Amino acid sequence: MVLTLASCNSNKSDKVSDELAIYQCPMQCEGEKVYFEPGSCPVCKMDLQAVENQNSKEVEDEGISEESIFNLTSKWHTEEGEEIQLEDLKGKTLVMVMIYTSCKAACPRLVADMRHIESQLPKSNIENLQFVLVSIDPKTDTPERLKAFAIENTMDGKQWTFLQGTESSVQEFANVLAVKYKKISPIDFSHSNIISVFNPKGELIHQQEGLGVDNKETVEAILQLTQE
Amino acid sequence: MKINAFGLVVFCCVFQMFLFAQTEGMVFIEGGRYLPLYGRDSTVVEVNNFNMDIYPVTNKEFEQFVAKYPKWQKSKVIKLFSDGSYLSNWKNDLELKDTENPNSPVTYVSWFAAKDYCECQGKRLPTVDEWEYVAMSDEITKDARVKPSYNEQILAWYEAPRSNENLIGESPKNVWGVYDLHGLVWEWTLDFNSVLITGESRKDVDKDSNLFCGSASVNATDLMNYAAFMRYAIRGSLNAKYSMKNLGFRCVQDINEEK
Repeated sequence: MVLTLASCNSNKSDKVSDELAIYQCPMQCEGEKVYFEPGSCPVCKMDLQAVENQNSKEVEDEGISEESIFNLTSKWHTEEGEEIQLEDLKGKTLVMVMIYTSCKAACPRLVADMRHIESQLPKSNIENLQFVLVSIDPKTDTPERLKAFAIENTMDGKQWTFLQGTESSVQEFANVLAVKYKKISPIDFSHSNIISVFNPKGELIHQQEGLGVDNKETVEAILQLTQE
Repeated sequence: MKINAFGLVVFCCVFQMFLFAQTEGMVFIEGGRYLPLYGRDSTVVEVNNFNMDIYPVTNKEFEQFVAKYPKWQKSKVIKLFSDGSYLSNWKNDLELKDTENPNSPVTYVSWFAAKDYCECQGKRLPTVDEWEYVAMSDEITKDARVKPSYNEQILAWYEAPRSNENLIGESPKNVWGVYDLHGLVWEWTLDFNSVLITGESRKDVDKDSNLFCGSASVNATDLMNYAAFMRYAIRGSLNAKYSMKNLGFRCVQDINEEK
């Protein structure tokens, strides 16, 4: 409840920057130089143009766009027992999937798909990459359990992160990914099999649906994002 | 005998709790077990006691909400949480269009907005099971699903156009004292994304084929399920950032019972 209220109160600071337009010479005579008032370019004398249009809704200095999953402020526990927000994963390409460790049917194959994706990527790309496995069963999947699962599946490297949330944060996260899931017994869930790729700013770039499908497109999307 | 006495004591405690916990604009819903059209493994589900909003959230109430929480205003809401039609019947960030009625249910809201609205009132969205549990009643019966009149009424509404522009509280309340679960708008539920009908997951393919099987829903004995069938189908097709003309919401509240 405290968390809920906190999230309710933190609404005001976003996007104060609406009126803060930035102007730039259309010819970019001075390169990337920007002005904060309308006027003309001192070099070519052309009228300055407002350039902030696409980014005007960016949340202040953080540079998180409207579509970024880093707008979710819920707290998560990693398999190492650390408490993080999704934003702490900023800066790397993210490949995310929702699973639960007691799953016998689909998850092992989803996990296999993740590892198969990893195996197709050069080492240098993996350094710019984080594989994130989010549990849809936060009650059972404690950090200890996630850690054991990571070791068991040889996914204990630093490029793998496992997250435990709360029922509510998992639900919200699933809805951002358009993942559907339902508890069908005390230990079993039925769920969509979706692997999602996010760019380092947390924007959804690609989703792969289904089990054991050809993940060529997913790998290509990741390669593009991690190439720079 | 002892058990009965104990039960009575518990009941009294619960009842007292309920008297204290009663919140304005809400009614107490006594939990129970029932068979939903489409529950967990198609078996009986159990619903705990809770309070439910008597009316769907109205345009007027949502105006007050966005005034207080600017991040849900039309021009400020982020794309992660909304689609292009969010509050598209509003003329600006703070006001409805003049053609809209403040006492109509608010629509064109995403799941994220609805969820946050409820949480900011110390409430939450109802689960599918809770919503269906209350919605299966008519004016005098808690489970009216077998009555032809109950189903006819709901289906008549499904045929009526533009019912979202009607006002809240104009049709009779149900046996719990809740208005407008049927007749005005569809309503968001907390776990609408638990309705799996796309068959993406191999485990649900078999069960969910029921939902698509026309013969099962058109069959006379299942006519009672037809309305519910439509609701589940809609839920299954929703995405949390969608905002639709005929989709609103109401909130519920847990009752803190000492166990």
